[in-house]
Formats: sequence, C-alpha cells, structure tokens
Amino acid sequence: MKAVCWHSANEVRVESVPDPTILNPRDAIIKITSTAICGSDLHIYGGYIPTVQQGDIIGHEFMGEVVEVGRGVDNLKIGDRVVVPSTIGCGKCNYCQRDMWSLCDNSNPNSYLEEKLYGNVTSAIYGYSHLLGGYAGAQAEYIRVPFADVGVVKVPADIPDEKLLFISDAIPTGYMGAEMCDIQPGDTVAVWGCGAVGQFAMISAYMMGAEKVIAIDRFPERLEMARKYAKAEVINYEEVNAGEALKEMTGGRGPDACIDAVGLEAHGVGIEDFYDQTKQKLRLETDRPHVLREMMVACRKGGTLSIMGVYGGFVDKIPLGAAFNKGLTFRMGQMHGQKYMNLLLQLILEGKLDPSFVVTHQLPLEQAPHGYQIFQQKQDNCVKVVLKP
Amino acid sequence: MTLTSGDKQGNSQASETERWASLIGGGAMVLLGLRQASLRGVLTALAGGGLIYQGATKKSTIQQAQDAIGINKPIKVEKTVTINKPADELYRYWHNFENLPTFMKHLKSVKVYDQKRSHWIANAPLGNNVEWDADILEDRENEFISWVSVEGADVENSGFVRFQKAPGDRGTEVKVVLEYNLPGGGLTAAIAKLFGEEPEQQIGDELRRFKMLMEAGEIATTQGQPSGRR
Repeated sequence: MKAVCWHSANEVRVESVPDPTILNPRDAIIKITSTAICGSDLHIYGGYIPTVQQGDIIGHEFMGEVVEVGRGVDNLKIGDRVVVPSTIGCGKCNYCQRDMWSLCDNSNPNSYLEEKLYGNVTSAIYGYSHLLGGYAGAQAEYIRVPFADVGVVKVPADIPDEKLLFISDAIPTGYMGAEMCDIQPGDTVAVWGCGAVGQFAMISAYMMGAEKVIAIDRFPERLEMARKYAKAEVINYEEVNAGEALKEMTGGRGPDACIDAVGLEAHGVGIEDFYDQTKQKLRLETDRPHVLREMMVACRKGGTLSIMGVYGGFVDKIPLGAAFNKGLTFRMGQMHGQKYMNLLLQLILEGKLDPSFVVTHQLPLEQAPHGYQIFQQKQDNCVKVVLKP
Repeated sequence: MTLTSGDKQGNSQASETERWASLIGGGAMVLLGLRQASLRGVLTALAGGGLIYQGATKKSTIQQAQDAIGINKPIKVEKTVTINKPADELYRYWHNFENLPTFMKHLKSVKVYDQKRSHWIANAPLGNNVEWDADILEDRENEFISWVSVEGADVENSGFVRFQKAPGDRGTEVKVVLEYNLPGGGLTAAIAKLFGEEPEQQIGDELRRFKMLMEAGEIATTQGQPSGRR
C-alpha cells in the first residue's frame, strides 16, 4: 500500500510499504477513505517530537471502512463505515473505564520509554512517535486499529466524510478544551490558535454557555474563519498587543478562561520569541511556551487555563508567580476522544454542527508532501488538508 | 521504607534486629531485608518461620572477595504495578508457573512437576538455554508466592510476588522481587545479557505485559506492522 513516511525534519515521502495485518485478537484493519493532516502532525514534520524514526508512517485523524476484524472483535463487521479516535485506549484499564482514555495503561508497548521521561505511561497515539507507542499512522491506504471493539464509532453511509472525519480528533479536542474551562453563563473565553482545534473549541465554548469568545491568531484567513463560523471577536497579535487587547475587551478583568490550541511551536513577537526560537534550535528547551506565558498573564484572577496544544518536554521562563498569585487553575491533556465522539456524531447528525468549513484543501495521498508544506507555511490560505488515499 | 534509611537516630544494631523480629509475620518486611541480605536467605527464613538476622546479613569472606572483584554480584530488582482485577484472579494465573512465559519474554518454558517443584528454561544468547529447578517456599492463597532455585541451578535465583488490594476500586497491587546470583567465569557476561542490560526495565516490562494480558486480554504490540524503513 501507499503511506506517508517521515524521513527527516521537513521531509515526508509517499512510499510503498507492506499492508498492515491483524496482530492481536482485538485488532481490525480499516481501509482509509479520508485522513487529515493535524496541526500536531506539523510538530512531527518539523522534527520537534522525539523518538520519531525514519520511515515511520504518520497521521492520526482518519475514517474509513472495516475490511478485516480479529477474532476478539464482535461488534464490527466487514463493510462498516467507522471513525476511529486518534488516541488508542484498551477500554479495560482503570483510566479507560473512568472515561480518561488518553491515559490508558495498556495501549503503549514502549511504556518504559515514556515512564522514564514522564514518570508513567499514557495511551498510544497512531503515528505519533515511539514514545507514544510506535503504532503505524493513518496517512496511508490501510491501518491496523488495535482494541477495535472499543471506542471506534460506526457512522451512517449517507453523510460525506468531511462532516464526520473530525470527530476522530480535532472536534473532541476542541470540545474537551472548552469543557475543561468549566464555563459559567456570561463567561468570556479566549482561544489562542485558529486552526481546526481552535475553531471547534470556540464553537463548543458557545454551546456550553460562553457569552463571548475571543480568537487570537496572526493569519487573517484563519481569523476570518473564526469570525464567520465560530462567531468570535478576533485579535491579530501581530497588529496589536494581545494581552492589552484582551484586557480592553473584558472590562479590564481578563478572560474567565483561556484555551491554548497552539502548542509547542507557538510564535510570539520580539525578544521573547527570539529567545524561545533560539533555545529550541539549540535543544536547550524542547517546547516554545509563548502562548502559556501570555495566557498566565492575561487570564482573570481565579480563571482557568485549558491546554490542548501539544507539549512534549521542557519549557523555560514560565511566569509561575503570576499563575500562583492569581489563583489560576491549569487543566490539560491529550483528548479523551472515546468519551465525546458519540455525542459529537449526534450533533452532526442533528445538523447542529457542520465541521466541514475547516477543510481548505483536499489532496490525493500522493500529494501529502505538498500538503505538509503549504499547511506548515500557511501558503494558499491553508487551514486544513484532507488526504484521499 | 527501608530499615536503614528510616533510622536516622543512630540506633544500635540490636534495636534494628528487634525491629526486624517484630516485623516477621507479614510479607512486606521481606522487602526490608533486600538491601542487606540475600533474598534467598530471607525467603528461606520466612518460609521456615523465623529469621536469624546476623546469618542473613553477614557476608562470608569469600563472597566479600567476589564482590570486590565484581563477580557473583546478585542482580536484585523490585517492581510494582497496579492491575484492575481482583487478587484471586491474578494469583491463580501466576500460580500456574507454566503461564509465565506468555508475558516473560526471557522464559522459554516452565514445567510444573508438583505442588512444590517446577523446571524453568530460559533463552540465553547464541541459542543456548539456561535451566533450573525451583521450589515454592511459601504460598499464601491470593496473597503471596515465593520460590527459590534448588542446588545446581545454572543461574541461582529466587523471588516472590505479592498481591495486595489497592485502595479504592483500583484493583490489586502486584509486587515482584527477583534476585539472580550470576555464576563467575566466562558464562557471566552471556547470562547477564539474558536478563537484559537493565533488569529493572525488563521486570517492569514483564509486569506491564502481565497487566495488559489480565486487563485487556492481549499484549499490545507493534511488531510486524508496516513502515517505510529500508
């Protein structure tokens, strides 16, 4: 089959690799009909995620059709149309059973690596480094789905892929980002990053009762999308100081909750941005915490920071004094897709949510290298690329 | 949790011995002795119903000499994992030692002869095997199993597994402690490899696989999946 393989920083290739096979009883093989390039794939593309190896198949946001099931899977059959959550949960451990699927104890066969670095093991994620399991990713014609008897969501045949694909990853990520804000009626929620996750976080925040949502980005087309589809007020941080603007827009209080939908490759302005970019290049810090710093200072006293952008390792110069003295609450984590997907599917089926607006590019799988390039460089107004194997 | 590190008052050796004596009776204090005495000695003493502290801790001069030149150093590891299953289920699976190779990769097979004795075959480098007979020393249903290799083992070893209810509804805490006494001479390096460069990691991995098998019914793997590596 054809698959997108990572080779080195800023280089992916579409290559011929063997088809996946059933390795365990609870496996299924899915023929992929649509797979997206996620913003967090750009961290891999850029070479920022440790333990990604040359030749690894990447990608974790996908849907398709069941073509083979293991003998331990009795709720799926060949021909079923399914969306698969990007984080792999066994469904049987204490964490999965408490709906904290991204903290699954049992899905990562390379647990010792992660235990050394993080002190414990978390769930595996398709195509997202050997630290997070080393599973082959979804930007391919076929994929092996472990523990396919739990978490996989069957979807109706008559709805186009573009409406359903993002319940694999981007929508539940945004939804969980908003949910962790514990939004109260009248709250103002600020969202850093207007990619797909940011857009769905904003829409979810309104669904949960936010009175005002403020979007922060630097690309006019992404801000326009936030204004048009997510009904957000917008701040272009390259034109105005985001911290000051947020104060002015919230009566001097600051937002009640702040969502980070950017992660470890955040851009800032001026000397601080230079400091982070330099330290990251010199491998003196792994992640650029610009958004985290800005949120900690901008948030109102007693507010909540909800971190959905991916962080991998170590960051420098965090204003913990601000966070401590203002009594902020931090909530974060990889999304528990399996907890939210059925609810989100229902919203889509009822016509209350149509996520297809985020798709700006549809490309054949062969053009994945081009897709990565334009998404990374934000060329051609690229917000979201869907690959068609 | 160890006796030595907890005892900052500079108490006499005698009071430590007393404390030891008072601890005998439970399974947990076996752990306390690990850093001072050989696991085998402690387990044997436990099974026998008593423990002579001096005897268990004082090294022979021959062993001291061996330690000084770096051979015959026991590999001692301990690791705990919490498994979302009741203790009896885990105890039953473990107690049939013939199940152990399903999650202990270095074991080729275990053959159970009777209630007490079993025969173990482990894979060694270069297609070799190492073999030994082991006896169960102490066996408390749903709680504790200890075993020790009998005289003449290729690799002298001993260990125990303890099953203890975790707080709340978190299942069972499973603790494994193993000790291998590697023989001196040319075989040592080869056998050391058998148990991995990092025995802690190996035991940790094995316990993780035990947990996966017990909870998820299978062991997560990516072996044999496609990639673009040449």
